[in-house]
Amino acid sequence: MSRPTTLADKLWDAHVVHAQDGEPDLLYVDLHLTHEATSPQAFDGLRLAGRTVRRPELTLAVEDHNVPTASQEVTDPVSRLQLETLRTNCAEYGVELYRLGHARQGIVHVVGPQLGLVQPGMTVVCGDSHTATHGAFGALAFGVGTSDVEQVLATQCLTLERPRTMAVEFTGALPPEVGAKDMILALIGAIGVNGARGHMIEYRGEPVEALSMEGRMTLCNMSIEAGAKVGLIAPDRTTIDYLAGRRHTPTGSAWQQAAAYWQTLRTDRGATFDRTVTIDVSHLTPLVTWGTNPSQVVPLSGVVPAPDDLTDPGERAAARRALEYMDLTPGTELRSLPIDVVFLGSCTNGRIEDLRAAAAVLDGRTVHENTRMLVVPGSMTVRAEAEQEGLHEVFLAAGAEWRLPGCSICLGMNEDRLTGAQRCASTSNRNFEGRQGDGVRTHLVSPQVAAATAVAGRLAVPADIR
Amino acid sequence: MNFEIHSGRAVVLARDDIDTDQIVPAEFCRRVVKSGYADALFANWRKEPGFVLGRPENQGASILVAGRDFGIGSSREHAVWALKDGGFRVVVAAGFGDIFRRNALNNGLLPLDLPYAELGRLTGQIAAHPGLEVVVDLRECTLRLGGTCWQFEVEERGRRMLLRGEDAIEAVLQHGGLISAHEARRPAWLPTVG
Ligand code: SF4
Repeated sequence: MSRPTTLADKLWDAHVVHAQDGEPDLLYVDLHLTHEATSPQAFDGLRLAGRTVRRPELTLAVEDHNVPTASQEVTDPVSRLQLETLRTNCAEYGVELYRLGHARQGIVHVVGPQLGLVQPGMTVVCGDSHTATHGAFGALAFGVGTSDVEQVLATQCLTLERPRTMAVEFTGALPPEVGAKDMILALIGAIGVNGARGHMIEYRGEPVEALSMEGRMTLCNMSIEAGAKVGLIAPDRTTIDYLAGRRHTPTGSAWQQAAAYWQTLRTDRGATFDRTVTIDVSHLTPLVTWGTNPSQVVPLSGVVPAPDDLTDPGERAAARRALEYMDLTPGTELRSLPIDVVFLGSCTNGRIEDLRAAAAVLDGRTVHENTRMLVVPGSMTVRAEAEQEGLHEVFLAAGAEWRLPGCSICLGMNEDRLTGAQRCASTSNRNFEGRQGDGVRTHLVSPQVAAATAVAGRLAVPADIR
Repeated sequence: MNFEIHSGRAVVLARDDIDTDQIVPAEFCRRVVKSGYADALFANWRKEPGFVLGRPENQGASILVAGRDFGIGSSREHAVWALKDGGFRVVVAAGFGDIFRRNALNNGLLPLDLPYAELGRLTGQIAAHPGLEVVVDLRECTLRLGGTCWQFEVEERGRRMLLRGEDAIEAVLQHGGLISAHEARRPAWLPTVG
């Protein structure tokens, strides 16, 4: 019998095109996802070198980072040029594009899985750091830069050093109103923003198995915020049920074959990981970030921590700077913080289940008069599904904005940006300085907390507003 | 432009966990070109009075010395393009974000790792000898300042790319036969777009 192997290593081995001692491996890419923000220079590179796209039918392009979400009209010339460049490039190289207005347009990490394009055992690459999202399906998914986008377009391969493996074992039973977002924030808080640098994480344990595919995507999505290269979950019944009948999943006997193969994709008993981290979720409560990176996180029921309590001088200095930027004083109760804007959306929490969770909290209530709430569905499909269920009516009746799909104020690239010293409770994944606009203060939260906060006008959990 | 040996003045930006959103804010990532990003480099931090990169004595510096874990977060290669457009050839830090490190090597910018304690020694020396040039030799993997020498490591593929200006894509295209062989082995049920 062969040596017991981890799932990540199995997937890696299955995609090695060429290996040589002392050299990185050449890995085949089964699916390449791309968007307007990190691809123009890659297509230019191809053009300059006179190269073609090796397998155009293995690349899907979407418009997401730089699309407006208030209307479908792009007025800014710089933004328009970027979108038009993607359209020209896709037409020239024969790449399928879901452009603004298309019925399947949306955030790249929401669209791919919804279509069934991401399946267990695949390698997925995208010029975007949150590509590990697709690991939720038991796929090996990497975020890369533009030079590597060009390499994938030209060769359908990537030259990569094999990362180390890391098991994140979640134990215990998840309390009600605590979810995948809190689980991943708890991990990042425990190991830090570089805690998984150079590793492929496999999320394991009963609380992970209990998550829906949407929850699993939320969990894997933020792997990069712990520095990981990959974050994945072994496929199971939940995965297979989710995939059944989607636009790009196999049918008939191919489905039987594929499903049989997917069930073999597990870490072998006795396989060893380079590292293991265990997180007990039994006593987990809703979390919120107080600082300027996702590891600066505390229970929402707590207070702003004091830098002086930190032993590491580097962390102490960073905490001081974060508090200054966030305009916070140690000891302040997080629940007392007034919130100007609530953002529900992004590739972390812009899926149908996230909208359902938030709508359930908001139902029959109104957004606080001093607070603005933006609801930005992750894709046109999510938007249509939500409208079918009447969720948009809940949001609109509460006084929230029901917008069009896109990355929006997750990254503040275009006019979807906040200004001044506004404080935002956001379901996205990054609370970096200026991420949502120069000077803007971001607190990362779950969809349930976002909805409760919108009603309270201050950071709140659902129980606070009932 | 091949990188064998580089000497230049260093500027110290003593912060840990500098993410690529700080290096280039998102609004600049709407551009479709690969150069001309000098105005984007640390655009928000530059607005702070006294920001170290804005000081007259640091103009013309080509070696950026940061704290721990430089270039975390977003995959935007614009961060590397902007550092290069800002005149930098080397970034010294105690650790780099994986994607940033790779982007840097793909663009001829050297990400130079030093242990945190050594980084402290280096910044001490820089402060003690303002204006003195730092010499980075990629052939021998050494960094020298005054009488002090530090040894560093770089992954071999990246080092080769910097030293010889090797074309990463051309190197992969050499394996066209192996790529086709792999394609022939892929299960038929795998999805295609469209
Ligand atoms: S929603 Fe935010 S994190 Fe996700 S792809 Fe868009 S910009 Fe990146």
